[in-house]
Amino acid sequence: MTLAEVVLAVTWVGVTFYALLGGADFGAGFWDLFAGGARRGWAQRELIEHSIGPVWEANHVWLIFTLVVLWTGFPPVFAAVMSTMIIPLTLAAFGVIMRGAAFAFRKVVDALWLKQVFGASFAASSVLTPFFLGTVTGGVATGRVPPGNARGDLITSWLNPTSLLGGTLAVGVCAYLAAVFLVRDAEREGHDRLVEQFRARALGTGAALGIIALGGIFVLRADAPRLFEGLTGRALPLVVASAVFGLVSLVLLVRRRFVAVRVTAALAVTAIVWGWAAGQYPYMLEPDLTIEQAAAGRATLTAMLVSLAIGALLLVPSMTWLFVIFQREQDPHARSVNGERGVR
Amino acid sequence: MGPVPSQLPLLAQAAAPNPADLMAARTQMAISLGWHIIIACFGVGFPLLAVFAEWRGFRTGDKVWGTLARRWARAMGVLFAVGAVSGTILSFELGILWPGLMGTYGEVIGLPFAIEGIWFFTEAIFLGIYLYAWDRLPPKVHMLAAVPIVIAGVAGAFSVVAANAWMNQPRGFDLVNGEVTNVDPWAAMFNPATWPQATHMILAAYLVTGFGVASVYAVALLRGRRDRYHRLGFLVPFVFAAALTPVQIGVGDWAAHFVADNQPVKLAAMEGVFETERGAPLHLGGIEIDGELRYAVEIPFGLSLLAHWDPNAEIMGLNEVPPDQHPPVNVVHLSFQTMVAMGTALLGLGAWFAFAWWRRRDLPRSPWFLRFAALSGVAAVVALEAGWVTTEVGRQPWIVYGYLRTADAVSAAPGLRLGLYALLVVYTILTAATIYVLRLMARAPLPVAPQETEPVEPRTLS
Ligand code: HDD
Ligand code: HEM
Ligand code: HEM
Repeated sequence: MTLAEVVLAVTWVGVTFYALLGGADFGAGFWDLFAGGARRGWAQRELIEHSIGPVWEANHVWLIFTLVVLWTGFPPVFAAVMSTMIIPLTLAAFGVIMRGAAFAFRKVVDALWLKQVFGASFAASSVLTPFFLGTVTGGVATGRVPPGNARGDLITSWLNPTSLLGGTLAVGVCAYLAAVFLVRDAEREGHDRLVEQFRARALGTGAALGIIALGGIFVLRADAPRLFEGLTGRALPLVVASAVFGLVSLVLLVRRRFVAVRVTAALAVTAIVWGWAAGQYPYMLEPDLTIEQAAAGRATLTAMLVSLAIGALLLVPSMTWLFVIFQREQDPHARSVNGERGVR
Repeated sequence: MGPVPSQLPLLAQAAAPNPADLMAARTQMAISLGWHIIIACFGVGFPLLAVFAEWRGFRTGDKVWGTLARRWARAMGVLFAVGAVSGTILSFELGILWPGLMGTYGEVIGLPFAIEGIWFFTEAIFLGIYLYAWDRLPPKVHMLAAVPIVIAGVAGAFSVVAANAWMNQPRGFDLVNGEVTNVDPWAAMFNPATWPQATHMILAAYLVTGFGVASVYAVALLRGRRDRYHRLGFLVPFVFAAALTPVQIGVGDWAAHFVADNQPVKLAAMEGVFETERGAPLHLGGIEIDGELRYAVEIPFGLSLLAHWDPNAEIMGLNEVPPDQHPPVNVVHLSFQTMVAMGTALLGLGAWFAFAWWRRRDLPRSPWFLRFAALSGVAAVVALEAGWVTTEVGRQPWIVYGYLRTADAVSAAPGLRLGLYALLVVYTILTAATIYVLRLMARAPLPVAPQETEPVEPRTLS
């Protein structure tokens, strides 16, 4: 592996964690949107709020991490993608703002109408943001972003069959991951009704994702022959792995193995993220820019890797502590004293 | 071949950017940065205040301290969320608006941003622990969880300002035939402007937090709520900020010397010097009309003395550089003077307080003291924004001083104006909502734990 490939792998670790953790947070907003009226949806919204409250900021940083590693390690790629994709990325950025701010505001206001306004903003932007980010991935994967300053088509680069597929899959993956994570949180809280609800949703979105992915094969073959070739060639093992993990997850859900299914669902998503990378290797921007061509100089790559390695020594234990604190089993009746419990 | 990109945007590539779009991009960047920086200041300063109050409460067993700590932490939770999302859009904009900067120089200034990413993680992780595990952890462990937040705030500010300082003092690379080579990212990060700028910014963050929080309690005191809670809520942040103000002015002086030595064009614009001269006077006020500064009060030899400690030192004037490299003098001069005026006023307010405290161990009796104190937060924010306008506009027309013009860095995409209009709408809503929610929180009845959120709602389903 060359130095540039190591840095790309690090970037992809960021993408993966953002897809898994940030994705689940977006998905929680998705379910918030469909939770129903204020009274009926109350229990669900409370579960969602407690699950993502302490962790969403840390999860969100994976997006920043991915961006800074990308612009430091592969500056021309960052410049090309961001400038060509100005429309979906501006919309995604607004979505990020509305979602995070509204979520924090909703938590501290008491009046019902305010909770509803902020809640609606939180929920709607939770669906739109991953959709737009998904369209960007579709445009990049199909080689619609040429190197340079806003050189690609500002519209069709992200409004095309593969991008729409990417956007839909992104929203679906978020909703699926969230449902899978929330089932277990609801179970730990002893909330049987919510367990049933989210289990049904996890099964439903899981099955729907499988069907969309199957249909997507035909979209890709028609719209993105090169990507299709990559996915059915070098990346095939990962694609197959993703399908297998997806199926296993469904079985585990049916058999109510809610801890194990978290692992397999995450693996299914991870496999597809890395499948994309393998599918277009060695290109970053097909067909013009390879990984080696796009990479920054050795001094920069080394300095960044060293810094990140030192950072990881500090961060991995810290992050583990964060998740452990809020995953610890709690007496379901402790809430009146504690205010918070049962968090992913 | 892949799908052929349509021809339209390609044509825009080589041509000079549309001036209206360039202006729109700069305005958009300025608004989103100027917004983020206010909130970011609280991200740097608030954890220190909160954990201080918590620690006093732990040591003395006094409930009032505990109440202060929890209320501050609750406000901090909201501000951090807003700070995080308003910062995210900045990272997007660096690419969306300035691909010419990031595509060419990303590898030179990327390192401090990557390091900043580590500090963001640190902040977000320990903030989650600090806010949400208040009652789950033993008090000492809980207070220790705030330490990384405090450190990460300062270190993160240092990193991002290092990136900005590099735009003022670009180091750590060679430009050979338009290609960036021999990159030394550490030399870029620790460029000479980093030290004065980062120190000045970190202190500014503490000033904005201290005076800002004190302002809220000054209003309450003015309304007659003179109990211990409100007095402490005023005194702690006010004393903290007032004590740092003289230090900040000293550091500002250091920054000014640095600019005088290294960015003489910026200094000339800040001070309205059009012709190179020895024994230059210091101008107070004044406005540029037809290439000279009018209506200013002149202090003879003042500028030479302040900038170089020598009444006869030579000060370079704008006449030394071609007119297309002049920054807009009025904006830079006025904003610099505004910052200095605010700094001086804050110093005076602090001195007034110190005098009264020394004599009587109490706040000054005059209601004017509290009235001014209620405005001190605004003054600190004005100084902060004015300082950034000085730095950024004073560097124009360069985005990377001496290497890259802002006009050459901007995106070639047409219609950047539309992005600005959309941003104005979103930020108007965001600003209104933020202020509304913060006011609601300031009025909420005492005491509330940071994580007690829904006292009102029914729990029908469980
Ligand atoms: C509370 C905020 C605050 C206060 C009271 C002051 N400043 Fe300031 N100043 C800033 C906040 C700030 C800032 C926003 O933080 C800047 C913008 C860029 C930077 O590094 O710091 C800044 C920039 C800045 C610069 C430009 C640096 C550059 O472009 O490289 C100079 C010369 C000064 N300041 C000087 C002063 C002086 C002489 C002050 C004394 C009264 C003063 N500042 C008070
Ligand atoms: C790493 C930190 C920073 C970077 C990379 C950066 C980058 C930029 C860029 C690319 C522009 C547009 C070009 C220009 O007009 O100069 C700009 C302008 C501006 N920035 Fe900064 N900036 C940074 C820090 C800040 C901060 C924290 C503020 C806080 C308020 C700020 C205030 C401004 C202002 C007011 C403008 C508008 C200047 C004008 O209209 O001429 N900058 N900055
Ligand atoms: C171009 C300039 C800047 C960029 C790109 C930027 C980017 C960001 C981003 C992405 C975040 C969110 C991190 C998270 O998710 O937690 C953030 C938060 C933060 N930024 Fe900025 N920032 C800039 C300027 C500054 C400056 C000049 C300061 C100096 C004080 C600053 C201080 C902070 C702090 C303390 C936070 C975390 C606390 C909070 O969210 O309030 N930023 N910034």
